[in-house]
Amino acid sequence: MTAFNLEAATKLAATGGLSDVQRQAVERSGQLAIPTAAEEIWRYSRIAELDLSAYVPAVDDVAVTGGAALVSTDVAAGELAGGRDLFDELNAAFSRPVFIRVPKGTVLTEPITLEHRLTESGVATFPRLIIEAGEDSEFSVVERFSSDDDIAALTVPSVELRIAHSARVKYLSINELGKKSWMIAHQRAEADRDSSTLLATVSLGGDYARVRTDAVAVGIGADVRQIALYFADGTQMHDFRTMQKHSAPKTSSNLLFKGAVNDTARSVYTGLIRIDKNAKGTVAFQTNRNLTLSAGAWAESVPNLDIETNDVKCSHASTVGPVDADQRFYLESRGIPPEVAERLIVLGFFDEVLEQLPDTPLTEGLRAKVAAKLDKRVKQ
Amino acid sequence: MSVLKIERLNASIGGKQILNGIDLTVSSGEVHAVMGPNGAGKSTLSAVIMGKPGYDVISGSVTLDGIDVLAMPTWQRAVAGLHLIMQYPTEVPGVSLQYALAEALKARNASTTDLAARLETEALAINFDPRFLDRPLNVDLSGGEKKRNETLQMAILQPKIAVLDELDSGLDIDALRDCARRVEQLTHDGLGALVITHYSRLLVELRPDVVHVLAKGRIVKTGGPELVEELERDGYAAFAPEEPAAATSARSLDPFADPFA
Repeated sequence: MTAFNLEAATKLAATGGLSDVQRQAVERSGQLAIPTAAEEIWRYSRIAELDLSAYVPAVDDVAVTGGAALVSTDVAAGELAGGRDLFDELNAAFSRPVFIRVPKGTVLTEPITLEHRLTESGVATFPRLIIEAGEDSEFSVVERFSSDDDIAALTVPSVELRIAHSARVKYLSINELGKKSWMIAHQRAEADRDSSTLLATVSLGGDYARVRTDAVAVGIGADVRQIALYFADGTQMHDFRTMQKHSAPKTSSNLLFKGAVNDTARSVYTGLIRIDKNAKGTVAFQTNRNLTLSAGAWAESVPNLDIETNDVKCSHASTVGPVDADQRFYLESRGIPPEVAERLIVLGFFDEVLEQLPDTPLTEGLRAKVAAKLDKRVKQ
Repeated sequence: MSVLKIERLNASIGGKQILNGIDLTVSSGEVHAVMGPNGAGKSTLSAVIMGKPGYDVISGSVTLDGIDVLAMPTWQRAVAGLHLIMQYPTEVPGVSLQYALAEALKARNASTTDLAARLETEALAINFDPRFLDRPLNVDLSGGEKKRNETLQMAILQPKIAVLDELDSGLDIDALRDCARRVEQLTHDGLGALVITHYSRLLVELRPDVVHVLAKGRIVKTGGPELVEELERDGYAAFAPEEPAAATSARSLDPFADPFA
């Protein structure tokens, strides 16, 4: 961990220099050990395989499109809200945040996109994005993380969304990392009164890619949707931790995570719906569905509810299993070959998520990329 | 001219023998009705012909124009010219009718040009609402719409021989007429149909050339259309006397009875 020191942080800092918050974060990160899978929140993860000494911190290579004057870069990192673990501290210490501030009443018809590219092995990047949605604003933000297959890098992205009264925001994070790269991501959202938020994740890449999402409905009537599509093959692992927290009355949340695992790939979904005592009249749903496409693949689904008031409508559902035999037989009985039938069924399975993604240039090719991953399998 | 020939067919499910030596031959343009009480093996027969997983053929043969059907995987049976209309069509979320049929035609090296137009024409022919054409297969369709959908698929895929497994179940009288008439037209164009049914009401619209009574896994009687009337009058009791279910099935031969009662 020696490379993650004050000297490196100073070098990576924005033009204005290292902030006090960052300096403290460097210090604190130096005192924290890498977590272990014995901790509940890292259960089933591959965190034990992480060797931070294999990486040195580096500047996040990000290209921002759209948003114009609403986007500011080269700003000193501030304090992260909420609880912090080692990766939050490292992110605070070594990031050069991007701020998106959309003023009250502003509607952006074009999405703001951030393309993060990892081009060098042995580096760790700490992308950080802060989105402030002003009252009654409406816009979409899409981030994509990518690298070539031979690049063994680590990226530890963090995004914070602060959604004001009646704002309507869609955020999508796309993981198209190469086969050797790691991702440990943390997404947080705070949704105020009558706002409407979509947090979407598409995970196709990475060796190990973890996304933790904490979404809190803090204002009465706030609505937060979370959706994800993940598809791991080879020896990949996708790991999700979600929190749907309701701390105000009449709030709603709906989560739909759909994944597939093939070859000897693995996936884990662990999600919690937490409804505080005062969040009366809340509606919260959580659905996680997983397809296991080969005998060696493994998927785990762990849904949880923690409800402190009676006046709620709440449900969770989770499934793990192979492609439905009846669906397959139905298509085959029409004369569709098995591999084509399975491709149709899996793409159909993912369509429910794909059609809810914000409409952006980065989203367009995703269905074809999922199909390509399936075709690779068919040829084996 | 095509011939589906079933000879001495014995089959089981989960180790329990259901079919006990079925002999049946269906040729192009013919309508064969297979009638029988619940548990006679009607659905097993259709599943075995199409190769549904879970069913084991113990002995016997099924050939289409001399080609061994039982040696083929399900999809190749369909490409060879067999078709199954299912009693309970499976919902396939996210897969539209048009998309599935395009793949099915591709597997037959058949043209997919004008598929959308052909679908519209077929939909109109059987009063199937064209807005259902873009829906995922069978999702959120009523019983009648599902069977119209099944009939429409068959009309597009143009099989040589089709097995209709209780096309009439879950159908209201209008849908029954629409589906039955379309099937009848297709038989005039050469389709051979093996119509499996519990009730006679389907056979009013879709007139059979030959009627077989299936009981306890074997064909116990074969005759002309007059056999339908005989069954309606006397029930299945004569063919499966010791079956307690047979006594109740006589009562439910009423063509207007609720098939789910």
